[in-house]
Amino acid sequence: MNVIKVTAENFETEVLKSDKPVVADFNADWCGPCQMLKPVIDELAEERPDVKFVSINIDDQDDLAYEHNVSSIPCLVKFVGGSEASRSVGFKPKSEIIKFIGG
Amino acid sequence: MYDIIVIGAGPAGLTAAIYARRASKTVLVLEAMTYGGQIINTPDIENYPAAPHISGLDFANRLYEQATGLGAEVVFERVTEIKDGTEKTVVTAENTYTAKAVIIATGSQNRKLGIEGERELVGRGVSYCATCDGAFFRNKKVAVMGGGNTALEDALYLADLAETVYLIHRRGEFRGDEATVNALKERQNIKFVLNSTVTKLIADKRLTAIEVTDKNTGAVTKLDVNGLFVAIGRTPENQPFEDLIKLDEAGYIAAGEDCITNVPGIFAAGDNRTKSLRQLVTAAADGAAAATAAVQYISR
Repeated sequence: MNVIKVTAENFETEVLKSDKPVVADFNADWCGPCQMLKPVIDELAEERPDVKFVSINIDDQDDLAYEHNVSSIPCLVKFVGGSEASRSVGFKPKSEIIKFIGG
Repeated sequence: MYDIIVIGAGPAGLTAAIYARRASKTVLVLEAMTYGGQIINTPDIENYPAAPHISGLDFANRLYEQATGLGAEVVFERVTEIKDGTEKTVVTAENTYTAKAVIIATGSQNRKLGIEGERELVGRGVSYCATCDGAFFRNKKVAVMGGGNTALEDALYLADLAETVYLIHRRGEFRGDEATVNALKERQNIKFVLNSTVTKLIADKRLTAIEVTDKNTGAVTKLDVNGLFVAIGRTPENQPFEDLIKLDEAGYIAAGEDCITNVPGIFAAGDNRTKSLRQLVTAAADGAAAATAAVQYISR
């Protein structure tokens, strides 16, 4: 599966109303650690069809970042059934991201 | 068995790998997070010789490609222990490796305030990097804790974005550059809170306020802020080696410019070593010195 680009317009459909758990990657082009995390997320999106991976650019979507209390990136927020289940701030290696995503 | 194991894939570690590979030694680099080290947080490096502008990410990518292109092997595992002997054993959570020599280049971490709720609020208002996270606080109130150059530069950077910047410092005057201090004083939206420290974080899903205690009077003041930038220095990551390697009082590895530690065959390079200036260029220089010393040790 590809990583889906999410904005305020499709956030509800793609994230809150998703029937699969969602991992939202809040990021920005100028953020070095975000660019390092990106290939890890791309790989996981291929390997984990049971999870939906979405990307949110905080420069374009600052309201989404504010609503979800994101003040540092990269920030991964896991949504299950439309609400936040857990989050991970900062770059982490793939093995730890896998643990964060869980079963 | 490898000739040299390098712990840490930051500028010091990867430079050591380059020098060791060019001396035809086999090299394994072990990295707990990602290659590049803390420089990946820097949007624009302006003080590296012959590279007047390069992003930290580009710098890290080029360094990584250079080291791996020369044949250094990089594995992403966290080192938990080094065992000394005629050959050195390096233990990670997943594996055990052996080498003739080891270079420790684990760098440093941001020093934490050590107050309740700090860890939980990272990314929800508490930050250690103004250039990384400042954009989230446009037209909001923020505080910077610290009195060194990083704190002063953070305050100046944030003053362009935020509505108000409280600069909180535990002393009555700043030890940072006088020019920067003067520039801060000219900013209308920077408020100085001196002889004080942050003693409490107040939050409701995100940081909403902090309490600041005046260490002379004991008076406690509540400041409504959405962001707190902690800039109280850095601390080395030498805990896994402290039983084996001699550290200085501040926890840095006691080694000179030759990067030689108290244990033969174990070398220290970069920000985790006792030194007066911790910069990209000094980290790279350490990598070269440590690799050269390690190569000499192997062929002794």
